[in-house]
Amino acid sequence: MRVRIPTPLRSYTDQRAVVDATGATIDDVLRDLDRQYPGMRFRIVDEQDRLRRHMKVFLADESVRDLSASVEDHDEVTILQALSGG
Amino acid sequence: MTGELSRWYSLETDTAVSGPPAGGPRVLVGTRKGLWVLATDEHRREWWCSGPEFLGHIIQHAVLDPRDGQTLLVAASTGHLGPTIFRSTDLGASWSEATKPPAFVTGEPLARSLRSVFWLTPGHSSEPGVWYAGGSPQGLFRSDDSGLTWEPVSGWNDHQRWTEWAEWPDENTPDGSLLHSVIVDPRDPNHLYLGMSSGGVFESTDSGNDWVVLNGGCATAMQPADEDPVFGHDPHCVRMHPAQPDRLYQQNHCGIYRIDRPESRWTRIGVTMPPEVGDIGFPIELHPRDPDTAWVFPMDGTDVWPRTSPGGRPAAYVTRNGGASWARLDAGLPARGWLTVKRQAMTVDDHDPVGVYFGTTGGEVWASPDEGSTWTRVIGHLPEIYSVEHGVAVG
Repeated sequence: MRVRIPTPLRSYTDQRAVVDATGATIDDVLRDLDRQYPGMRFRIVDEQDRLRRHMKVFLADESVRDLSASVEDHDEVTILQALSGG
Repeated sequence: MTGELSRWYSLETDTAVSGPPAGGPRVLVGTRKGLWVLATDEHRREWWCSGPEFLGHIIQHAVLDPRDGQTLLVAASTGHLGPTIFRSTDLGASWSEATKPPAFVTGEPLARSLRSVFWLTPGHSSEPGVWYAGGSPQGLFRSDDSGLTWEPVSGWNDHQRWTEWAEWPDENTPDGSLLHSVIVDPRDPNHLYLGMSSGGVFESTDSGNDWVVLNGGCATAMQPADEDPVFGHDPHCVRMHPAQPDRLYQQNHCGIYRIDRPESRWTRIGVTMPPEVGDIGFPIELHPRDPDTAWVFPMDGTDVWPRTSPGGRPAAYVTRNGGASWARLDAGLPARGWLTVKRQAMTVDDHDPVGVYFGTTGGEVWASPDEGSTWTRVIGHLPEIYSVEHGVAVG
């Protein structure tokens, strides 16, 4: 499936905004991304497998915080990071 | 990853140079928005700059490994992303990320999540790949492969008294609870100290497997009236003298202290500071050869704690006699200024006379080539400076 990558994480994807990943759940997809782009998952998910605060994962138009949520190959996943601060 | 730190320019002429002369000190400047490296000649007259590297990343600490003069570790986080360690084995010409950055154990009972790596300490000279990292929450982590992979130090993180000693849950401190000042005894790699804001100073003699408190004699203003609590103190910066490792100095939230082990009580040596200046501050730095000499950069710890130069008159202070007296060092500094120098943002080199350096939250780096007698502003207009560390580059 297609996964949209926010700019703060594109150093991992050689600046690609959209990459391909596989998996049956959001967690699978994030682990596949980490396999392809080592180190990326820990920037998004903490060591207790919680999505970090102010990180969001969208499945189509729905915000998903449960990493066990199911995904299908035709889904599009979007990872977003709040850019609050100064 | 790019290597901006291999591109140098002269701070005097703003022109590119192939590189700074060998043998001069390097000064690593970690800021809220990236890493810069300054270099100077052995007389510390001319200055060169490289960076920014990791522009936009929060750099809490950057340290050059004194054991090889080549390996650089950088404690970084970025906006809302998780913390990580960037490492270079060629003085910043190229970078990679730790394949296993510091983290608590997945599924542990306290469900701790590391928000930032705050402090980096190279290990003992006999253990060339070993590094320690302190975090927020107040975890301790160790690498045995020059920062490539990190493991929690279970003897600290899972100590039966950790939830008492540490700030947990860490909701009280605006910037989070911090573990800092990880110190390795140059005589014994198993002998460690660490400091916690808040929590106090702790000591291990078995490589971090077990720990005891070392706060006797230190004041604490953060707890209900109890004349000598065992822990809960707020050391801002703890330093061990490299040539006399039984001597430690501490700049605490509540004064400047010295201890000579095996004593178990700290002596408040800040009582000899001028009363209108006080003995509150963040950093404390030690002369590399003389155990009686230490520098501090006092801040206003009165009223609502502005943490700026007392009276708007910036100065470092030095003791040459182990704290019996202090001398003001302000030649070259602005007559009026409200500077804040954070706990990692002061450092010394190993030349003779010793160079002393500090960075401000206003983005300036100041240097003294003569042990603080005169100061020159090296660079300004940087982002808020979090750390300033001296390093000796090899090659």
